[in-house]
Amino acid sequence: MENQAVLQMNHIMKIYGNGVVANEDVSLELRKGEIHALLGENGAGKSTLMKVLFGIESPDQGELILNGAPVTIKSPQDAISKGIGMVHQHFMLVPSLSVAENIILGVAPRRGIFIDMDKAVESAQNIAKEYNFDINVKDKVEEIPVGIKQKVEILKALYRGAEILILDEPTAVLTPQETDELFIQLMKLREKGHTIIFISHKLDEIKKICDRATIMRSGRSMGTYEVADITTQEMSKLMVGREVSLTFEKNDQQLTEQVLLKVRNLTVNNSQGVLKVDDLSFDIKGGEILGIAGVEGNGQTELIDALTGLNKKYKGIIEIKGKDIAHSSISDIRSMNLSHIPEDRMTSGCAKNLSIQENLFSNQYKKHRYSGKLMLKRKAIEKRSDELIQEFLIKCRSRKQNVGMLSGGNIQKVIVAREFSTCPDIIIANQPTRGIDVGAAAFIRQRLLEFRDAGCAVILVSADLTEIFSLSDRLAVMYKGKFAGFFNDAAHVTEDELGQHMLGIKRDEVLEGVLYE
Amino acid sequence: MWKAILSPDFFGTILRSATPILFATLAASIAAKSGITNMALEGIMLFSALFGVIFSSFTHSAGLGLLLTVIVGGLIGAILAFFVLNLKTDEILAAIAINLTATGGTVLLLLAYSGDRGVSSSVRSVSAPNITIPLIEKIPFIGQILSGQNVLTWLSLLAVLVMHLFLYKTPLGLSIRSVGENKDAAESVGINSRKVQYIALIISGALAAMGGFYLSGGYMNMFTKDMSGGRGFIALAASSMGGNTPVGGFFVSLLFGLAQALANVMQLTAVMPYEIILMVPYLTTLIGLGVYYYSQKKKKERLSGK
Repeated sequence: MENQAVLQMNHIMKIYGNGVVANEDVSLELRKGEIHALLGENGAGKSTLMKVLFGIESPDQGELILNGAPVTIKSPQDAISKGIGMVHQHFMLVPSLSVAENIILGVAPRRGIFIDMDKAVESAQNIAKEYNFDINVKDKVEEIPVGIKQKVEILKALYRGAEILILDEPTAVLTPQETDELFIQLMKLREKGHTIIFISHKLDEIKKICDRATIMRSGRSMGTYEVADITTQEMSKLMVGREVSLTFEKNDQQLTEQVLLKVRNLTVNNSQGVLKVDDLSFDIKGGEILGIAGVEGNGQTELIDALTGLNKKYKGIIEIKGKDIAHSSISDIRSMNLSHIPEDRMTSGCAKNLSIQENLFSNQYKKHRYSGKLMLKRKAIEKRSDELIQEFLIKCRSRKQNVGMLSGGNIQKVIVAREFSTCPDIIIANQPTRGIDVGAAAFIRQRLLEFRDAGCAVILVSADLTEIFSLSDRLAVMYKGKFAGFFNDAAHVTEDELGQHMLGIKRDEVLEGVLYE
Repeated sequence: MWKAILSPDFFGTILRSATPILFATLAASIAAKSGITNMALEGIMLFSALFGVIFSSFTHSAGLGLLLTVIVGGLIGAILAFFVLNLKTDEILAAIAINLTATGGTVLLLLAYSGDRGVSSSVRSVSAPNITIPLIEKIPFIGQILSGQNVLTWLSLLAVLVMHLFLYKTPLGLSIRSVGENKDAAESVGINSRKVQYIALIISGALAAMGGFYLSGGYMNMFTKDMSGGRGFIALAASSMGGNTPVGGFFVSLLFGLAQALANVMQLTAVMPYEIILMVPYLTTLIGLGVYYYSQKKKKERLSGK
């Protein structure tokens, strides 16, 4: 029977405890022996849907039908026993054990009270041979390259009898050669009748090996398509889109003469040595907002870390107001009136067990106004704290309340209040409104515009396209560490165009207007 | 002094002194392999030293006394596991609580049981016997070292072998090592990590109990307060320096046995004040840890610099 459905997920609804609707009436149907792409941006709900399938999360509504019979999957073990295997993005391997030991972990063959290691090695070898995986099963996992580790993960699932394999962004960690090799393996698996769910947001890869694709956006399914019948442009249009239109009154732009931040040939490798920012150059003057859009993981984090002095291991030149910052400490950089709203407010934005007041002053407690020779000037700090709490509408019981007790939006307001209260000339805002309520988001956006009007240079990195569109003056799209597109007038960019640049379908070689020279 | 050091007697002393540390080191290793630092070893040993005296006098049998003591040790291991795994107590804090309870609790229990204050002089306990094995006894030098050792010393050597086989050759051993190294990975293949860690801590407690029993029923023939003398803590260092493996731990334990034996010899020769000599095992720990971690750090730097 061709086109037989091995698995149907019908009308899945999942709402997390914090009220986030991760899946809203999502349906997915898998046919036997297909490679099915699950496509969507970060936060579109792909992971949640797969967690439901793999028994990590239980759905609030909806049903699962496996091989024609309704099932409930209570745990990953349950999923494995029903023939569903998952290869996680972060490998679930024990480094000091051999490949064979990892494969048989939890289901070891025995001889008496001991593990039958000969048999374990043999069966690991057999399954590797059966699927044409070129692996030495006696190697220790900590000594093999990433591409092989992934193969071990796939073998692990196959050894446990997986008929349906979920691969969560399998190519994210692979080199192009390893990716090609993986694709050959996946096609062989398909020939053998396995069904594969391929989670990705790389359209070219999906075009290459997937049969059908289900596209998700903001927790909803945008439909399932035959990959052969849909263009990458159409896919990107379905994937990227803005939710509601937000409009701000934007005043006419008044640019400063001076270039406040100058970046030339910036190149950054991450700690694993992977190239994350690739020969990037740009300028920004006071009085403008430079928006940086892009799918997460294309070098935005590394770029910001270099600009703010958090990472000093970069090549190229970064100049703030004409001064090279290669040897400046973070506090030197901050004393040049640069403010930074970090991407992750809980880990690097605030100290959650300290009070609002203490957090508000963590970047300026050394200033003469707030600190004497030995002791902090308590009165001055308290007065200013209360002013900031009022000005930034921070909802709290008192300035002494721990920041960790506040809601996400209010925590962000504390951080923003701290960063904005130093009269910055340059603001680097990385995902400033992620995951916070609409009111707080609007407030922060409004303030960013006010700073722009006052002659401040703002770099805005955001995954929220609405925000990017409505605030940016100039707009850059990052893809694989480079600007794949650059627009001098953000108002005239269409979502469609932006989406194609974000997903690497369109890549401009010559970028006009990036530099003011 | 050198004559004393090179005699078979001296090597025998090393083994005798190493025995309790070896048990505790094995106990530390298995807990560490499962991902938990068992800092309660000191307290478990102290409790076991007391219970060894009580149980053996009560049952008039060293064997039964040892068995009951080991059960109590396993039980304390389970209590630690309950605090750490069920109640999510910080493992160090839970261990400190057990250790403090042991310090005061043993003195109190002894007083309640026999009326003795700090030393179990009125308790008629049965110590574990020394054994001589005729065949081994005839080997020159080595025979003299091994012959007449306590049955628990033999047991500790056997425990190294059994632990090695258990950790590296059995499915449960594999599970323990997996849980300790990557809990998520172990759980993703259906291993119940809590159960595995419970088992590891119970075994750890039982091993430490054997060491404790040896202290009051082999090394000495009575219980004295605080007689564990920091061996539970030394064992943590020894285990770590031995890479948390049974065989590695065995060799490091011998090193600490050597330090202890040296201290004993030096006491006789009176080259130094007694109080300074008592510091030797602890100084060895400090210096050993320093040397070990310095070499590890250098090794890491070499590897990453490559």
